[in-house]
Amino acid sequence: MNLALREAFLAFRRAPLLSALSVTTIAFSLFVIGLFGLVAVNLQQVLNQLAERVEIVAYLLPGTPAENSTLAIKDIEAFPEVERATYVSEDEALVRARNELAEFRDVLRELERNPLPASIEVKLKPAFRDADHVNAVAERLRGFGFVDDVRYGRDWVEKLDRLRQIAAAVGLAVGGAFAAVAIIIIGTTIRMAVLQRSREIAIMRLVGATDWFIRFPFLLQGAIKGLLGGGIAVALSYGAYLLVTKFLLQGAFFTLQEAAAIVAFGTLIGLLGSASSVGRHLRRV
Amino acid sequence: MIKFTNVFKAYPKGGLALKDVSFHIAKGEFAFLTGHSGAGKSTVLRLVYAEERPSSGEVRVSGYHVGEMRPRDIPKLRRRLGIVFQDFRLLEDRTAEENVAFALEVTGARRSSIGARVMRVLTQVGLAAKAQAYPKELSGGEQQRVAIARALVNEPTVLLADEPTGNLDERATRGVFQLLRDINASGTAVVMATHDLDLVRQAPYRVIELQEGAVVYDSAVDETRGQAAAP
Repeated sequence: MNLALREAFLAFRRAPLLSALSVTTIAFSLFVIGLFGLVAVNLQQVLNQLAERVEIVAYLLPGTPAENSTLAIKDIEAFPEVERATYVSEDEALVRARNELAEFRDVLRELERNPLPASIEVKLKPAFRDADHVNAVAERLRGFGFVDDVRYGRDWVEKLDRLRQIAAAVGLAVGGAFAAVAIIIIGTTIRMAVLQRSREIAIMRLVGATDWFIRFPFLLQGAIKGLLGGGIAVALSYGAYLLVTKFLLQGAFFTLQEAAAIVAFGTLIGLLGSASSVGRHLRRV
Repeated sequence: MIKFTNVFKAYPKGGLALKDVSFHIAKGEFAFLTGHSGAGKSTVLRLVYAEERPSSGEVRVSGYHVGEMRPRDIPKLRRRLGIVFQDFRLLEDRTAEENVAFALEVTGARRSSIGARVMRVLTQVGLAAKAQAYPKELSGGEQQRVAIARALVNEPTVLLADEPTGNLDERATRGVFQLLRDINASGTAVVMATHDLDLVRQAPYRVIELQEGAVVYDSAVDETRGQAAAP
């Protein structure tokens, strides 16, 4: 283990240019992934804020007794998808309408009879704010006898869903492409390292070094390169983030876990790149 | 120790390298493998250290069945062998001492024991004073001694030498050959492939001669037969 670590680090001294190249490549590939990640993180935040507004309103038949609606709220709040259900009486609805629809204030004031129905406003838990769940809950609300009509921004919720899917797909495709590039480059540098050390490897074999013993320093070397590349990528992303927030717009940065995940991903890429290369090329040495 | 029974070796492109080769080299024996280049000497050695597998027949080395052994057992076999080549195969960026220590390090020897073991074999080959020299600072004979020290450091039961004197002048050849004889005298079997017939005549060791992949002469077999045939 000690020896393997020493050998792995020795590789950086033996081929500083090559090592720097692979670290830089991983760093830039992950940096691009990181930038898309930042866009995704911020987009996600915006989408979540939008999703915050996803609300289902069940309008009640006129004359529904207050006890019924209280019981109904208890039932509705017991739905696994539901975060909160609020009863809005006819009077409250009118007050709100007067406040929110200022241009109709006079009309509303002169009414003899309140035309607005009482309603139950249902807010879903964050994980269920998508079209399928909204539809399902709406359908169940329609099942209550005293519910006259159920409204929610159906088109709107569906568009939100689409937007999320597109963002995820683009992120995956771009991330995947750059990860593949990084793996190929790491594989190439490890291959060069294997060829460069082919004499040494041949001798190791002759004196009875196990395959694993020969392989391990290369894997370690790949992982270290990936780790360094990942770290640099996070630093670069942070730099980009600082620039953007300073000159363009406010945004969010990765959480500590997300940053750690990028570094871990870099390490994994380094490991995969060297593993795919070392196996193939050791056999030829 | 090393036993070949009806061994054939065919290469996918190059035809038949060994044809029906059988011999047995006992523990502690010294045997020459002779023949022209291309006769199959190196192939025999490569089969012994499991770099190749026989196409048919049986190769047994130190209890291992080379034709059927699992790849992960190959290192175990090689740790019981010492291997020396014509071109020394030393690492240029390491000193003599480091080259020898390398063979111990890669087999996972305890670090504390490495230094002493390395100095012991370097003394044995007469190079203790040049332990800190790099290969390019050493003569050919000295480089081959380092290679022999590296082969010995794992205390092998067999030393395989593939044309070990092929790149050396006459004086160095004599020195290296004497060293191999000394190693054999201390109990290690030596199998030496060579086409230097002067060397072969100098010593009363067994000779196995190969021609176009077949054994055409084996002093152990032919001389007993000769004696049996004699009145």
